[in-house]
Parts: sequence; C-alpha cells; structure tokens
Amino acid sequence: MATITEQFESLQSRSQHALRDRSAVDCIRIQVGSATCENAAGAREVYEEFRKHVAASGRDDIMLHQTGCTGRCSREPIVGILAPAKMPVKYQHVTRELVHEIFTQHILGEEPLWDKVLDGPISEPAQHEILYCQSRRCDLPGPSPLAELLPEKLRQAGVAEGTVRVTAASCFGACGKEEVGTCAHLLVRPDKTLYRIHNEEELDEVIRQHVVGGQVVQPLTVPGKTVGRKFFEIYGDVAFFNRQTRVALRHNGVIDPESIEEYFHYRGFEAMRTVLTRNDPKWVIDEVTRSKLRGRGGGGYPTGLKWKMGHEAKDPVKYLICNADEGDPGAFMDRSMLESDPLNVVEGMIIGAFAIGAEQGYFYVRAEYPMAIRRLENAIARCREWGVLGENILGSGVRFDLEIRLGAGAFVCGEETALIHSIEGERGQPRVRPPYPTERGLWGHPTVINNVETFANIPAVINYGADWFARIGTDSSGGTKVFALAGKVQHTGLVEVPMGTTLREIVETIGGGTTTGTAIKAVQTGGPAGGCIPAKWLDTPVDFDTLSRAGSIMGSGGMIVLDETDCMVDIAKFFMTFSEDESCGKCTPCREGTKRMLEILERITQGHGVPDDLDKLERLGRLMKNASLCGLGRAAPNPVLSTLEHYRDEYLAHVTDKQCPACKCVALLYYEIISEKCVGCTVCARNCPVTCIDGERRKPHVIDQARCIKCGKCFEVCRFDAVARK
Amino acid sequence: MSTTTDNWPEVQATAREALGEDIAALIDACREDEHPESRLIGVLHKVQETFGYLGEKQLDAVAQLLQVPAAKVAGVAGFYHFFRLTPRGKYVIHVCMGTACYVKGAERVAQKFMEELGISWGETSTDRVFTLEGSRCLGTCGLAPVVMIGDDVHGNVTADQVPIILDTYLKRAK
Repeated sequence: MATITEQFESLQSRSQHALRDRSAVDCIRIQVGSATCENAAGAREVYEEFRKHVAASGRDDIMLHQTGCTGRCSREPIVGILAPAKMPVKYQHVTRELVHEIFTQHILGEEPLWDKVLDGPISEPAQHEILYCQSRRCDLPGPSPLAELLPEKLRQAGVAEGTVRVTAASCFGACGKEEVGTCAHLLVRPDKTLYRIHNEEELDEVIRQHVVGGQVVQPLTVPGKTVGRKFFEIYGDVAFFNRQTRVALRHNGVIDPESIEEYFHYRGFEAMRTVLTRNDPKWVIDEVTRSKLRGRGGGGYPTGLKWKMGHEAKDPVKYLICNADEGDPGAFMDRSMLESDPLNVVEGMIIGAFAIGAEQGYFYVRAEYPMAIRRLENAIARCREWGVLGENILGSGVRFDLEIRLGAGAFVCGEETALIHSIEGERGQPRVRPPYPTERGLWGHPTVINNVETFANIPAVINYGADWFARIGTDSSGGTKVFALAGKVQHTGLVEVPMGTTLREIVETIGGGTTTGTAIKAVQTGGPAGGCIPAKWLDTPVDFDTLSRAGSIMGSGGMIVLDETDCMVDIAKFFMTFSEDESCGKCTPCREGTKRMLEILERITQGHGVPDDLDKLERLGRLMKNASLCGLGRAAPNPVLSTLEHYRDEYLAHVTDKQCPACKCVALLYYEIISEKCVGCTVCARNCPVTCIDGERRKPHVIDQARCIKCGKCFEVCRFDAVARK
Repeated sequence: MSTTTDNWPEVQATAREALGEDIAALIDACREDEHPESRLIGVLHKVQETFGYLGEKQLDAVAQLLQVPAAKVAGVAGFYHFFRLTPRGKYVIHVCMGTACYVKGAERVAQKFMEELGISWGETSTDRVFTLEGSRCLGTCGLAPVVMIGDDVHGNVTADQVPIILDTYLKRAK
C-alpha cells in the first residue's frame, strides 16, 4: 500500500500535469476577478470580452485566468496582466471598452496604459521595485532604519532618480524564530527575489549586483516558498496591499477558486499531509494552541482549547461545523474567502476533524450567498474526486466527509446553539449553556464549531509553524485579522493586518481616510453587537481585549467608518432596529428590551425625547447585558451604550434642544431660505415635491414651514447656498 | 414507509401532486437520511425556489411527506426571514439595508422605489412584476448602496437611477 506521502505526491504530480499548459513560462496571463462583488461591477462582461479578443488574436501564448476577489471592492472589476519578466500590471474599473484598449495596446503592443492602472495613474514606471518589510521585528541591527538607509544607499550606488521605487510593505512571512531583530527582508521586483540581509554590506551587495548589475545574489536569497509571497509577487505593487499581511486571504485573487489543481500548486493540502503523516491529534492541538489562534467569529475563544475539549470528549460520534452564517451587516470576509479560496477552508476543516476525531462535518452557509454555495459545492465534489475527502483520506485510514446546510436568514443562527438547532431542522433559537456544544451539541453529540476565517488560518499555522503565527500578532492573540472596511472610507474592501495594528493604520493609511476628506467621527466595529469607537481613540491597537475595553467588540471584523455627517443616535437606532427584528423571542430581556429601547430611540429621533430617556436606555441596556439568554441579547445594547458614553452631548441635543447636530434626523430638521443669498432663480420652487416654496422671479423665496415635508430637495438643488439646513 | 394515517395513499398522492415530482423525490431521498427532519429547511428552500413562496398547500404537503408535524413546518417557515408565505412578483427587489448601505443612503433609494411603484416594504406591485424587500446585508459593502433584483446585483445605486432600473426590468417582463 502506498504511503500518505506517496499518495500525496501522486496527486501533486497529477495537478502539475494538468497545469502544465496553464503555467507555461512564456505565457501572458490575464487575470479577471470573479466573486459576487466583481460580477456586480461587471467582471463577467469583461471576462467574455477578453475571451473574444484572445480567440480573435489567434495567439496561443495568452491565457485567460479566473481568480477570486482580492477585496479591493471600490475599484472593481480588477484585471491583472502578468507577462514574463515584466512587472505585473493591474487595471481598475475595467469596462468592455477598456478591454479592447488593454488588449491592443498592452498585450499586443506591450505598452501598458499607465493612466488606467490600479491606484494610478502612474506616470513613469520604475525599472525595479524594492519592497522592504516594515514590521517592528524586521530591521537591520544598526542605528538607521531601512526606510532611511535604502534611498541613501541607492544614491551612493549611483542609481538614477526614479528608476527604482522603494516601497514599505508588510510581513513577507519569511522570518524564522532565530532571526528576529537581526535581519531584514527585501523583495526585489520584477525578478521576485526575496532577500534576507543582516548588515549594510549585504544591502550594498544586493544593490550593486542585483539592482545595478541585474544579477541575483544567490547566497542572500530566502530559500523555499513563504506565505504571502505569491500574493506579493502578483499583487504587491499596490499600496493598499503592501501594508497588509495576507495569511487567511493569501490566495484570494491569486488562484482560480474552482481549480483543485491550482490549489495543489499553491501548497494545497500540504498541511493536511503533514498532519496525517504525523498521525497525532495531540500534536495538532498543541500547534494550534501555541499559535495563539483565537476564534475569528467574534468570541475570540482560543481555538486550541476548543479543539482540546472536542478531542477529550468521550463519544465515538463527534461533529465539526464551519459557521459561515455571516450575518453581521457590513462584514463580508467569509463570503470572500468561500468564493475565492474555498479549498483552503475545507483543508482547515479536515485538519480540525482529525484533531477532534470527527467523521462528519457541516458547512452552515447563508442562503443569501448563492455563489459561495456553488463554489463550496464544487470544492467538496473535487475533494471527493481526488480522495482528500471521504473514506480513507490519502490512505491514512482517516474518514471525513462534509455536507452543506443552508441557513435561511436568521441572524441569531450565528450563535452556536441556535445554529445547531437550525441544522437539526428546528427554529434557530438558542438554549442555555452549559452544557457547551463541545459536550452536547448536534443531535446530542460533542460538536466543535469554528468560523470560516479560523479554518482558513489553520493550513498556514501547520505549514509555517505555530511560532511564526503567534509572532505575527500580539502577546495574547496570534496571527492576523481580516477586516471588512466599508462606510465613508475611500478604499472599501478587505484588509488583513496583524493583530495589534492600530485603527488609524487600517482606516487612514490603508483605507485612505474618508471619501469626503472630512474628519473621521467614529469607527463602528463588530456590527450590531459592537460599539462605536470615537476618533480620539484611533490609535488603539486592535485585538480582542483592547476593543472590548474600548466598549466595542472585534466581532467578525466589520468596520464601518463614520464621518461628521453621521448622527450617532441614528446609527444606534439603526442597529437596534436590526436587533429588535432579529431577536428570536425566546427570552424576555432580549425580546422586550430591544423593543423598548428601539421605541425610546425612535422617540428621541422624532423629537419627542425627554431627559429621563437616556437613563432609561442605560438601565435597560445593562439589564439586557446581564439577563439575556444568548450573545445576541447580551450584545444588542452595545451600540447604544457606547454611543451614549462617547456622544452623550449628541443625545442631549436631540432631547433638550430638539436638534440633530449631524442634520440626519429628518423630524428635527428645518429648512430655511436665506433671503440675502437668494437670487430668485425659482429652481427650488420648481423642484419642491409639495410646492411649499413661494416667491416671485428674481425675488427671495420663502418656505412654508407648515407644509414642508423636509425632503431636502431645495437644499440639494440650490446653486447659491441660499437654503439653510438646521 | 411507516405512517399514522389510514388513508395514506390518498394523502400521499395529494401531497405529491401539490409539490411536483422533483420535490417529492427530494423528500424521498431525505427520508433515507439518519435525521430526516433535519432536512426540513433544505426542502423548504427547494419549494420556495420552485413556487416563489411557501403556500399553505405546499407546507402541508411537506409536513405529510417528510412526516414532520404541520405546526413545526409552519413554525420553521415563519421563523426564518428568507421564507415567504405570500406570492411575490416576477422580480424581487432587495434593497440592502446593511450598515454600509444605510450610511451611504440606502433609505433614500428605498424611498424612491416605494414612490415609483406605489408599494411599501414586503408588498407586490399590482401588475405582479415587482416585490420590494428590505434585505439583510448582501455582503457587497464595497459597492454600497446595493440593490439586488432577481440575481443581478446593482452597485452604487442612486435615487435618480431607480426609474431607469425599473424600466429595464419592466421591458424584460413584457
């Protein structure tokens, strides 16, 4: 009988064989994104247009490649062109018309359209680019930091200005235990060479030989493949990504999510092979524990500990569940991972199942994500075909199979006991814990439930080592976290950064600040269970503990940026509306509490609030926190309590002055025409839907306040700023 | 198949007819499962996919064929937001009311849909073409505000675009 390694190697060579055409060295690759968001932005038409162009050109060295989504939502559709020995070029907002230009000028004419590239326009492309890791552990021991040293050294070497671009990047994942603080890492492109340098002399050597001379300095290169390196090779030229560390998202937007061959090519199932070869569940649990990986679904419970409990449970039947019921409004990382790299999550689950001893696993996915479901179905079918799921995986004797179960739009099903009920075909209502699911879960058997992102990290932990993973994050929490950046921020999309990165870095440096250029007012994290973190606390390093100290939670990683035009009472009301609607009705504190809190908030935003209301909100909120049955009820008051704490004056303005400082709450608004500014152009009167604006031509107009419905149309259309909104 | 009704062949025939052969066959397959009742939600998804909503007749038929109490089927169908108990228009307009869409003005877009169609949340236009639904986060926050009509996702929608969008679907419906 063939050993596990032999079987694995035969699968690897099978995938290499299938890929041979695709990965030909002299092939030009056109990468087009294909996730829900990419398709909504028009990626399907773009792909089809490229297909026609490739066919019409008759060239067989041009390959069209479907990838997932990199999480650069505001610039989609994104198209990447990878030509041999050239810097990769990525285009943003590609349309069918632009496809023709890209194809004729760039691909056939070899002249990239620098004004259309992602985060462009770039005027003069550099010949080389040096990316250096800016993480705090990665620098030369000398006095001057690399950031200063590099331009200086390049000047000394006589490199002409503008021919070499120096870029700060995030961790390449090449650091080992023994190297911390003694060396730095550089990636030189377009040759994609990763160097490890220990002193200035070695830096000189790289610049002299490689940058000037064009010769790779072999002794200084980092051997082997490192995590995120493929990603940097393909995507690293864009500032948005350079500041990120991609672990869970390392394949997103890089590989074809529907091809198991490509997944094998990117070290796919290597972690699974390691685990099966070692054949020791305790070792796996120990690695995961040492990696300090904590549950990414929001709770932050140490994954290793949960697995240990699952492993120790005495029951021959155990279950493993992947919670992909991503219900937080404003979070979409799970969808992106399932649509762009589903096999990675499946591999994480196989390893988890081996560790706890489960033979059956379930994916609980939202029905609202049809594409994620399709990709997942495909991934599971491929895995069964290739013998990595099912009976006797890789001949190891291990048995594990997966089944998809659909949610049906109930937010509370993200709670683990409610989720179990839902899989059992019941209403998704939670029950009292303990017993925890690790003792009594699905159909009464021990059950371990982890989030999509947690599983996505597992293969990386095994492949690159627990120590490496633990070192990326903070003392109490290892690794990275994916955030879904949305709201009033310039670059919306997925951001993966090490635990402990500050909010400012995420929102301002990577996110590019607000769309309007105005100041950030607050950042809402954790969805309806989280709170608002005021701008003055932007320097808070983000991890589970710091966020909860700031009155919010990590949650699943939704991050909504709010600016001065957002009313905090309105935001609190928005989340309470959500929680009230989603409360399952089983326990009284949550069912009644959300209802009453919403009533009070509605009263306040309608201008009928009384000062006593604020105390009532606080009292009710505290009661719900203490007495609710599950996490939904316990966390539902958070948005209200945190805004009450940080923005009490805004609440008071609504209650006592009957004013909304952000001019958001319609009932409290008041439009007035400033007669000195009004020129009598009649535009407002003509646009008013209830014709409540009177006035003669060329004379100041007046709004009839009794009839005004406060729609704000006059405010929008006035070109002379003569309409005041108060 | 163990049953409790003495007119089982008759009940079964009515139920199979109400659901159609595809769904009936799916339920037969589910009954082979170790935990048949756990397949209820999946079956209801299939019914809604086929009929557009979960009618009383269909719910009753599912209860009979899957041998799950009718009260439980109704309870599950009523509990989850995704399931509809009334008929819907040809195109269902989902206006995303997630946080990102909300702060980017989804409410005004929804308002415009209501004005144009003369219907409110959950209602269907008199010509049975459109149903308006407020949706949970569709997970495409980067394109906020987002509206999903049928299977098409429209991003960065403004109130001004609403009449144009409706027009395209109206033409398609004819």
